[in-house]
Amino acid sequence: MKSSVIVFPGSNCDRDIKVALEKFQIKNQMVWHNETNLPKCDLVVLPGGFSYGDYLRTGCIASKSRIINDVIEHGKKGGLILGICNGFQILIETGLLPGALLRNKKLRFLSKNVFLKVLNTNNSFCSNYKSKEIIELTIAHNEGNYFGSKDLIKRLEENNLVAFKYCDINGDIEEKSNPNGSLNNIAGILNEKKNILGMMPHPERLIDPLLSGEDGSLLFKSLLKS
Amino acid sequence: MKISITVTFKEDVLDPQGKVVKQTLKNMGYNNIENVRQGKYFEIELNENDRKKSEKIIDDICKNLLSNTVIENYKINYNK
Repeated sequence: MKSSVIVFPGSNCDRDIKVALEKFQIKNQMVWHNETNLPKCDLVVLPGGFSYGDYLRTGCIASKSRIINDVIEHGKKGGLILGICNGFQILIETGLLPGALLRNKKLRFLSKNVFLKVLNTNNSFCSNYKSKEIIELTIAHNEGNYFGSKDLIKRLEENNLVAFKYCDINGDIEEKSNPNGSLNNIAGILNEKKNILGMMPHPERLIDPLLSGEDGSLLFKSLLKS
Repeated sequence: MKISITVTFKEDVLDPQGKVVKQTLKNMGYNNIENVRQGKYFEIELNENDRKKSEKIIDDICKNLLSNTVIENYKINYNK
């Protein structure tokens, strides 16, 4: 499996995701946002960070960069795209994923571990997780409050396109376990073809038992299988 | 041609910053404040004298970059 990590001015999780991909034998190359041709690959990763200083709206300026046309093409042809944190915000601004990510309800930057329930394991990113498995990952964001029209939320739920929801240690999905105000505790969503995943938590930060945990590893192992 | 554009959250979208500004105004003693919505303001100078053409350009700009129409509305104002 080959991957490309797109690097924008202001990306800051690009090297972490590179280390994670390579740990799981995914052959990766870094691609600068100003390139116009996406190298041949199976997976494109849009990393976390603060692309373009979050000017205008988070992810907005990055979603107009030169490389993005090829990334959109790749996604439309069924190629895998993973957007983490700022990458998720960029996917939303390109229109590859629906809805919007608003500022956290309590206006605070959040940096902490959260529990998540894996709700869709029938996709290339999550197939190694058990259905409804409770995992612990890190969040670090200011704009992670997922929002969409009532119809959109209904469509996501009915078609099982919500990949992760914030929950407590027992797996209960409640307002108390919702860190940022996201509708229905949504932490990550898939597109209809399930080849594009956007998520606020950072799986690349939990791939080593020495660095607080391994719950992110299964995501990369799932990718290897696909 | 000079154009100004205001982008604000749609009514059903929570605007936590606006809420904090409203609460702060109340704390300052402005008891008759009913609501505050915070937004963004742009001034654009456009080298185009044809009103129809400029309307088309500005509308495209608003839709494609300045606002996210899932959550925001925009108002365009043409100045002399």
